[in-house]
Amino acid sequence: MSIETRGIVKRFGNFVALDNVDLTVESGRLTALLGPSGGGKSTLLRIIGGLETADEGSVRIAGVESTSIPAQKRNVGFVFQHYAAFKHLSVYRNVAFGLEIRKRPKAEIKARVDELLELVHLEQFADRLPAQLSGGQRQRMALARALAVEPSVLLLDEPFGALDAKVRRELRDWLRRLHDDVHVTTVFVTHDQEEALEVSDEIVVINHGKIEQVGTPSDLYDKPANDFVMEFLGPVTTLGGRLVRPHDLEIFPHHVDNGIEAEVLRLQRIGFEVRVELRAGADEPWAQLTRGQAEALELAAGSRVWVRPLD
Amino acid sequence: MASTAVGSRRSRYGLRAVGLVYVGAIVLIPLYVITYRTVADGWSTFWAAISSDEAVTAFRLTGEVAVAAVVINTVFGVGVALLLSRYSFRGRRVLSALADLPISVSPIVVGLALVLVYGPATGWFGKHLSFQIIYALPGMVLATAFVSLPLMLRELVPVLEEAGDDMEQAARVLGASARQRFVRITLPTIRPALMYGLVLTFARSIGEFGAIRVVSGNIQGSGQTQTTTLLIEDKYQNFEPGTYQLAMVLVLATILAIVLTSFRRSKEDVS
Repeated sequence: MSIETRGIVKRFGNFVALDNVDLTVESGRLTALLGPSGGGKSTLLRIIGGLETADEGSVRIAGVESTSIPAQKRNVGFVFQHYAAFKHLSVYRNVAFGLEIRKRPKAEIKARVDELLELVHLEQFADRLPAQLSGGQRQRMALARALAVEPSVLLLDEPFGALDAKVRRELRDWLRRLHDDVHVTTVFVTHDQEEALEVSDEIVVINHGKIEQVGTPSDLYDKPANDFVMEFLGPVTTLGGRLVRPHDLEIFPHHVDNGIEAEVLRLQRIGFEVRVELRAGADEPWAQLTRGQAEALELAAGSRVWVRPLD
Repeated sequence: MASTAVGSRRSRYGLRAVGLVYVGAIVLIPLYVITYRTVADGWSTFWAAISSDEAVTAFRLTGEVAVAAVVINTVFGVGVALLLSRYSFRGRRVLSALADLPISVSPIVVGLALVLVYGPATGWFGKHLSFQIIYALPGMVLATAFVSLPLMLRELVPVLEEAGDDMEQAARVLGASARQRFVRITLPTIRPALMYGLVLTFARSIGEFGAIRVVSGNIQGSGQTQTTTLLIEDKYQNFEPGTYQLAMVLVLATILAIVLTSFRRSKEDVS
């Protein structure tokens, strides 16, 4: 089920949160809306879900004009950053909520909820209250709850933002695998470029209420449309007045064509990688080498080297 | 280290003693005296005091006024609490401040203001009405509801603000209509606070004296508007028997209400 937005404009007072946004999300994809905080990505997601109304523009979900359909009738799944668990209901009743609202037969609800609880590995917690679950478990419950009604699209607003780093990584992998199984069109908002690069089929970079670039993770990483996208996705450093990736810098102990002479300021080992901090004229670039490369070059603070961006 | 430990223990006992003396002086001892006087006068005096016509009518009036005030404040209290906690609009802060007004304004002033507005002959609104508000049941309900409104709001607003509207939004996306969201999400969220608000409102209502004295006219005999508190005051002023016995009934009603909610509360904590 595809999503299309055309000419979406949203203002909060004088602040323009979204400025004429056209977005197409193809059916069955896992798409990340990536950008800095306050860039408008959450607002766009909430407009797609019907929780916010756009000042101008239209939303189509699964080919149906949805702009004026209220949230409760859009049949979308929505997962919130802070879980929005129904605190007074058991895990089972939380997941069953949408089906109970739709007045499905009891037996059907039970079968569906059991299936989903198994999918999110919470089957033994069915009778617990949300307060008795960890953050990661609560978010899995929220996901099961959103999926229970068989939504045409699944929208996740910074779904892992409130979790600690380890759980976040686990849930991220798990969401990827889940999506490969369930195949529902999914859009998730994140400000974490690593999360977007790792999980999604497609990334939409949003900044200042505008879409900067849309593409696959490797497209965006290798062929960024502008400096903002390049800086936002992956590490960058400056050499000879232009932006380069630190792992795309070659270092030579002798003069090379197009090489820029530099002095090693400092070496820093982080696990398997070595960060070489350099001074080349007015720039202070840094290069990312493997341990082997750094040792072969016999680098030390004060060494004279020549640096060249890889093409 | 040791001296700080002793010092803190000393101050802890000190605080405990101050607390006990204070609560004892203003709550326990007066309560004890009322209970003692009620019991000391004997069972038959108690029965006679609370079963006289004027007492029974006073109880019924107090009950009617209190129940009406509780119902009104539940409906409007929930409505205004939702308005204050869920919506931002021009005048929200003014409304919030006004809602607290009855706590700081003397009930006598409330009563007089109501008479000026709704009074039968001279009230600027009341003189156009064909039925009576002041010196009758509607005025007493109005005064009581006004005086006890903040109790409900002060219970509900913090709970609603703390809970946020995430749950309601989630329910909305899952297909719940406004009514379904209120019944299935909002109401269960505020239920403990609502119960406590009900009890506080009820307790405040049956004990209301000042405002109700002004608007009721304190009429005895036929067309009685004398509630239990007013009757107690009358008996006390006239050195008639029955003062303590009637007061005891109010005390018992309040204690019963508070015990019932704390029982409900602890049951909800367990589940």
